[in-house]
Amino acid sequence: MESLTNRALAVDRSPMTFAEKIYIPALLKGLSITLGHVFKKKATINYPEETRPFSPVFRGLHVLNRDEEGREKCTACGLCALACPAEAITMEAAERLPGEEHLYREEKYAAKYEINMLRCIFCGFCEEACPKDAIYMSETVMPSNYTRDYFVYKKQDMLLTDEQVKQKRLKLQKG
Amino acid sequence: MSIDTFLILEKLVLVVIIIAASMGIAAYSTWAERKVAAVMQDRIGPLRAGPFGLLQPLADGGKLFFKEEIIPDNSTKWLFMLAPAMFIFTALMTSAIIPWGPDFVFNTADGARTISLQVADINIGILYVFGVVSIGVYGIMLGGWASNNKFSLLSAIRAASQAISYELALGLSLIALLMLTGTLSLRTIVEQQHGFWNEGYFTWNVFKQPLGFIIFLVCSFAELNRAPFDMPESESELNMGYHQEYSSMKLGMFLFAEYINMFISSAVLATLFFGGYNFPGMDAVQAAVPSGIFALICVGVLMIKVIGFILFFMFVRWTLPRFRFDQLLNLGWTKLIPLALFNMMVTGAVILFVLNKK
Repeated sequence: MESLTNRALAVDRSPMTFAEKIYIPALLKGLSITLGHVFKKKATINYPEETRPFSPVFRGLHVLNRDEEGREKCTACGLCALACPAEAITMEAAERLPGEEHLYREEKYAAKYEINMLRCIFCGFCEEACPKDAIYMSETVMPSNYTRDYFVYKKQDMLLTDEQVKQKRLKLQKG
Repeated sequence: MSIDTFLILEKLVLVVIIIAASMGIAAYSTWAERKVAAVMQDRIGPLRAGPFGLLQPLADGGKLFFKEEIIPDNSTKWLFMLAPAMFIFTALMTSAIIPWGPDFVFNTADGARTISLQVADINIGILYVFGVVSIGVYGIMLGGWASNNKFSLLSAIRAASQAISYELALGLSLIALLMLTGTLSLRTIVEQQHGFWNEGYFTWNVFKQPLGFIIFLVCSFAELNRAPFDMPESESELNMGYHQEYSSMKLGMFLFAEYINMFISSAVLATLFFGGYNFPGMDAVQAAVPSGIFALICVGVLMIKVIGFILFFMFVRWTLPRFRFDQLLNLGWTKLIPLALFNMMVTGAVILFVLNKK
């Protein structure tokens, strides 16, 4: 049969020579390979102490953003929920009342905002859909847990903390 | 009377030290094995338990002790319990005849006393080693048989046939050595290898019997059930082996005994072929320091050789793939035994015609 490529190699079935039968040259060759590996750089990363650097486009746990004054950016438009292929996002909108201007940036806000992390496939479409830059994906890996309830993340689980807002403000002032 | 009590005391102390050292070295062999494996695979190995993971053997031992013990319903219970005990017992027994160091003088109230660092200097030392090693197969065989599991039994038979096949070549390779040394006593064999260089030739037996050494080494790999001949416990392909039904510390005993075996057979290898406790320039050292310290140095030298062999065993284990069973028996019966016979013949001819000994 004609071969499709010219790269086919015939298997060598000739009987072993004495040097091959005695096995020791092959053995020494093998030993020298493993000995070489003794001096190679170790590939291990000691996980909790050292972490592997994430790529800049890594899509980890969601974060709900706040502006530098600490106001929530989300207006509960529902575009993220619409974009989500896994239907992991649920939200309920509410109207901002007078006196809540320091809490919410727009007149409408998300009273309830939940992401079911067991459904989420971390595709990042919500991040792309958001017109207000209110949701983005961080470089945090999802922690594991024994209960299902744990994986339904509430708004408070994802909102930036006051500390993070403060850091963000400092960063802005610096440059 | 007082001398006899002293002798018993002296041997008792020696036995306790040797058993403790064997256990300790075997325990740390497990640690070393994992480190060697890791280093060869570009990993780090155990490092969480204590500095450099040095407490890992204790953690492993503790884990095995507290695991649930399962004795199969249909097993022969007393044989099932006897097997690991027997295995570890025979593993420790061989250490009795290894000369760990030279004699040294110890000053007591009754006067100076010469203490030998060998539990028993029996004149058939090597035969004793063979005898005990053969009994070691019983541990495996009983373990497989008493489990009443057909797979355990099959792998026990596999292990036994492997051990018996390689014992032949092991014995034949040693006969050539014994023809040269003219004695079976390990103590005499070590004393003949005094120093390193004598009258224009190396004194260590490895230089006199290189082929014999290689055959002995290959056979001890098979006797130890270590890779590349670790069919008896090929855990991934051929079920787990003769200790499949064992759990908890009984399994631990089997695994532990293999490491003790490795330590002891490294010691036998070092004693027979690598000069035991002898080292180059030992006469100058002997003249310079008191006999007690000299004995300690010698023990240290033997230990370095033993650890070197243990590391070599591990090095080979993490390099070579496992032999198939037919390849294993083929190597034993059709390659090693004829080679050993050839070695014996050449040695005989050299002794007769070159050295002119009758």
